[in-house]
Amino acid sequence: MTVQELPGAGASHRSTPPPAWRPRTDAAPLLPDPEPYRVLGTPAADRLDPELMRRCYAELVRGRRYNAQATALTRQGRLAVYPSTVGQEACEIAAAMVLEEQDWLFPSYRDTLAAVARGLDPVQALTLLRGDWHTGYDPREHRIAPLSTPLATQLPHAVGLAHAARLRGDDVVALAMVGDGGTSEGDFHEAMNFAAVWQAPVVFLVQNNGFAISVPLAKQTAAPTLAHKAVGYGMPGRLVDGNDVAAMHEVLSEAVRRARSGGGPTMIEAVTYRIEAHTNADDATRYRGDAEVEAWKAHDPVELLERELTARGLLDEAGIQAAKDAAEAMAAALRDGMNAEPVLDPMDLFGHVYAQQTGQLREQAAILRAELEAADQEEGDGS
Amino acid sequence: MTTVAVKPSATKPATMAQALNRAMRDAMAEDPTVHVMGEDVGALGGVFRITDGLAKEFGEDRCTDTPLAEAGILGAAVGMAMYGLRPVVEMQFDAFAYPAFEQLISHVAKMRNRTRGAMPLPITIRVPYGGGIGGVEHHCDSSEAYYVATPGLTVVTPATVEDAYGLLRASIASDDPVIFLEPKRLYWSKADWSPETPAAVPGIGEALVRRTGTSATLITYGPSLPVCLEAAEAAREEGWDLEVVDLRSLVPFDEETVVASVRRTGRAVVVHESGGFGGPGAEIAARVTERCFHHLEAPVLRVAGFDIPYPPPMLEKYHLPGVDRILDTVARLQWEN
Ligand SMILES: Cc1ncc(C[n+]2csc(CCOP(=O)(O)OP(=O)(O)O)c2C)c(N)n1
Repeated sequence: MTVQELPGAGASHRSTPPPAWRPRTDAAPLLPDPEPYRVLGTPAADRLDPELMRRCYAELVRGRRYNAQATALTRQGRLAVYPSTVGQEACEIAAAMVLEEQDWLFPSYRDTLAAVARGLDPVQALTLLRGDWHTGYDPREHRIAPLSTPLATQLPHAVGLAHAARLRGDDVVALAMVGDGGTSEGDFHEAMNFAAVWQAPVVFLVQNNGFAISVPLAKQTAAPTLAHKAVGYGMPGRLVDGNDVAAMHEVLSEAVRRARSGGGPTMIEAVTYRIEAHTNADDATRYRGDAEVEAWKAHDPVELLERELTARGLLDEAGIQAAKDAAEAMAAALRDGMNAEPVLDPMDLFGHVYAQQTGQLREQAAILRAELEAADQEEGDGS
Repeated sequence: MTTVAVKPSATKPATMAQALNRAMRDAMAEDPTVHVMGEDVGALGGVFRITDGLAKEFGEDRCTDTPLAEAGILGAAVGMAMYGLRPVVEMQFDAFAYPAFEQLISHVAKMRNRTRGAMPLPITIRVPYGGGIGGVEHHCDSSEAYYVATPGLTVVTPATVEDAYGLLRASIASDDPVIFLEPKRLYWSKADWSPETPAAVPGIGEALVRRTGTSATLITYGPSLPVCLEAAEAAREEGWDLEVVDLRSLVPFDEETVVASVRRTGRAVVVHESGGFGGPGAEIAARVTERCFHHLEAPVLRVAGFDIPYPPPMLEKYHLPGVDRILDTVARLQWEN
């Protein structure tokens, strides 16, 4: 049925539009660029801050080494699992670098490296994956939320925290990280909507690394880009080359600035690639070909920056070596820390369930204590 | 209840994972309305490879990689079932089914009731559950208490390779929504198995005495069955001859098999991984007490996981009910006051 066929529909009705609820925002400034924003290898690189870029470089090299070391630790059975960010280091590093001390990071389960780059002790950052405790650090001390395993569920938390900080008059920005797959979850939608309605000081960083475990982006969304999703909520969507640390730093800084100055949330889609498998439990050959992986290896975040800086005379062999040495020192410390047997107290099971332990848990703790004492005694008798 | 006839094939060693895979394959081959869907179920074959090869054999329309959205997956399955399909939904891990609970509780469980029977939903929801695999946070929940507390849901859980096949076939054939709990630490358990043994294929709601005994009954299901059987062997040394009942189905609950066993032995212990407070064992103990009061020599006891959030992998061995904790509890059945 067309409008004209509707009973009572006529030309006069069509000529008087109903009053608008409110003036619509012009969508144009919210729309992402047609292509991912790049700095390295473009004329925009002329204005790079050499000092900042050398710091970025050292962090990238350290991040790459961290990924390699953590992956090696899974092979030695020291870590139950490690979701690698090889290829995604520029996103992880830039996310950590653009935040002020009072700001908060809300990482997903893959973003251990961002937490480490923010200053978290590498061993503490890995307890979740080693298996001795779920979160090995005090989130309030570091202003890093626990690494969130259920996908996208940390995003509403970031919005709530940022909103609360603003209500209290505190200058705090929250940066929340999520994968391309996570953007399909309901929590992603609700977080984006709340953030925009409240104009909360939040930055959403979507790392589009092509896959959610085995499922490629094309089966995840039909949107032209993930950054387009921002427009519907009324916030800017930015599309950026996630392997270009200079571009990432610039776009993230701008979004953080906007949030800090009361300009509301921004959603950033970083286009990148997960070079390694989802985790050590994954078989990536089942869903992607070598050619694709090789093509992305040629667009490596560490090499991109190294090439730019050496070509401009901002980095020399000594600088490269210094970054490598610092990364080796970090890796050695991480190895030592992880090779030390974690100190486990089984009685911790009952320590953190309620503020006041219930009678029920006291009884259960007594059962376990008796079992542990019996086991100790047996060991003693045996020797 | 549905008992499914199946095609013959030779007996050879198979894992529970293979039996589950075969059950879906056979169901899909026999009935074009059976659709498998979930995260990573296609090319990857699921993170546990339970759906391995189904997309290749039946096409992506019948075995579909969905967007990453559990509420969306289950909500879409509701619509598909309303339109005559039989969706078999995979939730990747126990704790990742929680985003779908609104769909589950408000729609899946209630549609038949709301429509006075006009719109049954034949959906099978496969949930790998439980611990003992060294998984990190959110990968080891025993979530059965939530499901059994929701009227409208059928809840089954196999503990053997035969039952994995038979119960999954029966679940897919069921005209009601079924929560099919897969004990993930038994995925790689093996048995000489042939899908040809329909005698072993249970109807939903039939418990089975896995081991006969005279001194007490262990009532259990899913991941705790092998632990109970081991405990029953060990108990022989202490002079206890334990009977072991495998529930296989939590809803409907086969009260008759359980009650008959406890009346024979006079003592009972319920064993499960999920927390004891408000857990399925509480319900079972209450029912056994009501029906066997005059036959009982001791109160019905429970061995359950502690009432704590699931611990990190290095501590899970202290949490999960093991042989020793079961034997200690059995010893307490010599009631003296
Ligand atoms: C709610 C929820 N459902 C399912 C999972 C299981 N899972 C873990 S990682 C993952 C893929 C995530 O993909 P994406 O969001 O793109 O992030 P990436 O792994 O690429 O960093 C899935 C499905 C989960 N962690 N949480």
